[in-house]
Amino acid sequence: MKVEGRLARLCGFGMTAAADAYLFQPTCEDDLRELLRLARRTGRKVLLRGAGRSYGDAAILPEAIAIGLERLNRILSWDPSTGLLVAEAGVTIGDLWRFTLQDGWWPPVVSGTMYPTLGGAVAMNIHGKNAFRAGTIGEHLEWLDVMDTTGVVHRLEPSAAGFRAVVGGAGLAGIIVRAALRMKRVPSGDLRVYAQAVDNWDQQFEVFERFAHDADYLVSWVDCFARGRSAGRGLIHAAWYAEGSSATLRTEHQDLPDTVLGLVPKSVVWRVLKLLNRRSAMRLLNATKYRLGTVIGNGKTEHQSLVAFSFLLDYVPNWRWAYLPGGFIQYQSFVPKETARWVFENQIALQQERRLESFLGVLKRHRPDPCLISHGVDGFSLALDFKVTPSNRDRLWELAHEMNELVLEAGGRFYLAKDSTLRPEDLRRWLGPNLEEWRLWRRRFDPDGLLVSSLGLRTGLIEP
Amino acid sequence: MKRFEKAVVVGASSGLGRAIALQLAQAGSTVVAVARREDRLRELAETRPGRILPLMHDVTRTEEVPRAFEDACRMAAGLDLIVYSAGVMPPVGPTEFDTAKDLRIFAVNVLGAMAWLNQAAERFQQAGHGAIVGIGSVAGDRGRRGQPAYNASKAALHAYLEALRNRLHARGVSVATFKPGPMRTEMTAHLSLRNAMDPEVAAAKILEKAHVSGEHYLSLGHRLAFAVLRNLPSSVFRRLPV
Ligand SMILES: Cc1cc2nc3c(=O)[nH]c(=O)nc-3n(C[C@H](O)[C@H](O)[C@H](O)COP(=O)(O)OP(=O)(O)OC[C@H]3O[C@@H](n4cnc5c(N)ncnc54)[C@H](O)[C@@H]3O)c2cc1C
Ligand SMILES: NC(=O)c1ccc[n+]([C@@H]2O[C@H](COP(=O)([O-])OP(=O)(O)OC[C@H]3O[C@@H](n4cnc5c(N)ncnc54)[C@H](OP(=O)(O)O)[C@@H]3O)[C@@H](O)[C@H]2O)c1
Repeated sequence: MKVEGRLARLCGFGMTAAADAYLFQPTCEDDLRELLRLARRTGRKVLLRGAGRSYGDAAILPEAIAIGLERLNRILSWDPSTGLLVAEAGVTIGDLWRFTLQDGWWPPVVSGTMYPTLGGAVAMNIHGKNAFRAGTIGEHLEWLDVMDTTGVVHRLEPSAAGFRAVVGGAGLAGIIVRAALRMKRVPSGDLRVYAQAVDNWDQQFEVFERFAHDADYLVSWVDCFARGRSAGRGLIHAAWYAEGSSATLRTEHQDLPDTVLGLVPKSVVWRVLKLLNRRSAMRLLNATKYRLGTVIGNGKTEHQSLVAFSFLLDYVPNWRWAYLPGGFIQYQSFVPKETARWVFENQIALQQERRLESFLGVLKRHRPDPCLISHGVDGFSLALDFKVTPSNRDRLWELAHEMNELVLEAGGRFYLAKDSTLRPEDLRRWLGPNLEEWRLWRRRFDPDGLLVSSLGLRTGLIEP
Repeated sequence: MKRFEKAVVVGASSGLGRAIALQLAQAGSTVVAVARREDRLRELAETRPGRILPLMHDVTRTEEVPRAFEDACRMAAGLDLIVYSAGVMPPVGPTEFDTAKDLRIFAVNVLGAMAWLNQAAERFQQAGHGAIVGIGSVAGDRGRRGQPAYNASKAALHAYLEALRNRLHARGVSVATFKPGPMRTEMTAHLSLRNAMDPEVAAAKILEKAHVSGEHYLSLGHRLAFAVLRNLPSSVFRRLPV
């Protein structure tokens, strides 16, 4: 193997971070070992990359040997009687549900898009809209096969101490090559989805807690432009697995339609969004969404397919291009339930003061997870999308650092899959003693520090 | 000025190249500064520690360019912009025809440029990203009495850069040729120049348009004057005092 002809520009999903690296897409374990040797021979670092759906710089590194794992994508075994699935790291969440749903099983945890790979999902320990009930994806693994950078594969069960370092280890503590995942049995391919408009922060948290006792999925949209007594207004969706016919389990029932509102081809929607993608229009759009939410469907329940509910964002292809040319960052913080309201209220007030409002706010409920690099809390997360331009960039990063301060003061956490702005001092305060423990495990799986990412360097997760 | 995170400037130890390297670093770029004179490069690097990284190299050793280019990309941790500013214009007497001297001019101004920019072109076409800047000269627009080989070297550079531009256009890579007029630098120290530009001013103008594919003069006056001069018949041109 040679690096010649392999250079590729790798980009974070938010398009604010990019780097050129030598990209290889191996199809077997021996190729992986060969690539580790190539990196040593050429004195280059190794970057692991799944589908590149992390928002920031987790899956980029300049001048590295980039190992893209998307072609290591076979489903190795599937038992529809127990729901245990064994697959290579490159299978996507979309591959998973397409394979198992006909038998009545759904991935136990999914992100808001179906494109991430299993390896990427485990490396970040992703959560879904059911995080408060199901936790993170790591909690549904029977075992993991992890290759260390000497080429040896280790099978780790959740009881193994190293498991807590690899899961959530952001691709810096070994290469996940295979995993055994326990899927979730579902009664049909549909959900019963209840919508409720809420007028302010009080109602947000009150209604959330009400549903958290029995809903299977729970998520809320927050209008980040609303202020005063309307601050925190939004729309909550709670969903329950629904009974239904076996026809709902078929892929055709799940697949997303090709047009929006039955008319507009999906492929052009991002261009329309791009025209609207500025502060004034977004303020109006958020207000309109809220108003419509108070009349249409408010307090009502409807049936939705699992795919339509789970992967709403995949409905509009390339929606992120609406943020070109500067791209966007997502800022998601996780705060214990006692202090969440104070933190989020202040984060949004701060944005408004700076005229740097997030165009989209999403609130979710979580529970703690057992990993060393962990974002789970018994509390809430607020995810915020900020458009980046040459003129707001510095102010935006400053805002993020101020918001970090609020989060850390309140005992909150962050999430590397979404991060673009954390500094080493923030990371150290967030992780505390877990950082050193994680670094010990990193040394076990990667004794000579071959695995590196731009995020690892920026946040000080790994020593340079 | 568009922000380039990582840049290589070849011919950065003095004159225009030095000014470009400094201004890039001031704007936040990491710059690898390439030239032969170590003391000059070290002095330059010390003005912006960690931002300007010196790399000693003689562009006439074309066989060493691939390695030097790779080293430069590693030092900068990537590459968004390459500026080739290395050039020589030794004095040439009015009746002198010195082949060895002419070959030296070509070695630096043309062959060195091709060796470096071929590397950059290959890298950028793979990545689908990058900006190439070549420093030509108004002197390459016509063959003048005073500097046959220098004129020819700049004309060759212009044609080479135009070809690169046409090749790389579809790959999202920009190729810009800049044609400065007289500048006050070491190259021209022995001449008594009127109306010469300071290299700092030229550098700022170049960086303003570094990402814009095409041929650029540094002033409107030059653009207009050379539109005329380029089209004058030789029989007229040779009578002009240029
Ligand atoms: C529209 C959208 C919605 C999202 N919604 C959610 C959500 O609801 N919840 C949530 O938790 N996340 C969400 N995410 C984030 C996403 O799930 C994570 O970033 C996930 O890690 C992406 O997986 P990937 O395969 O694209 O990995 P990449 O982004 O390519 O890589 C992610 C990390 O995993 C490492 N890695 C990749 N493969 C391996 C491997 N085989 N072994 C070891 N390390 C590896 C990489 O080095 C990197 O650090 C969303 C992302 C998008 C774009
Ligand atoms: N000055 C003008 O009036 C004028 C006008 C139009 C165009 N230009 C062009 O502008 C460019 C810059 O010239 P300048 O005026 O800035 O001249 P300069 O001050 O003499 O700088 C020339 C640079 O080229 C480098 N160089 C020369 N030979 C080299 C070699 N063999 N290997 C590596 N580097 C070498 C020099 O570095 P080392 O000596 O340290 O190696 C120096 O950094 C040139 O291409 C020139 O043709 C100049």
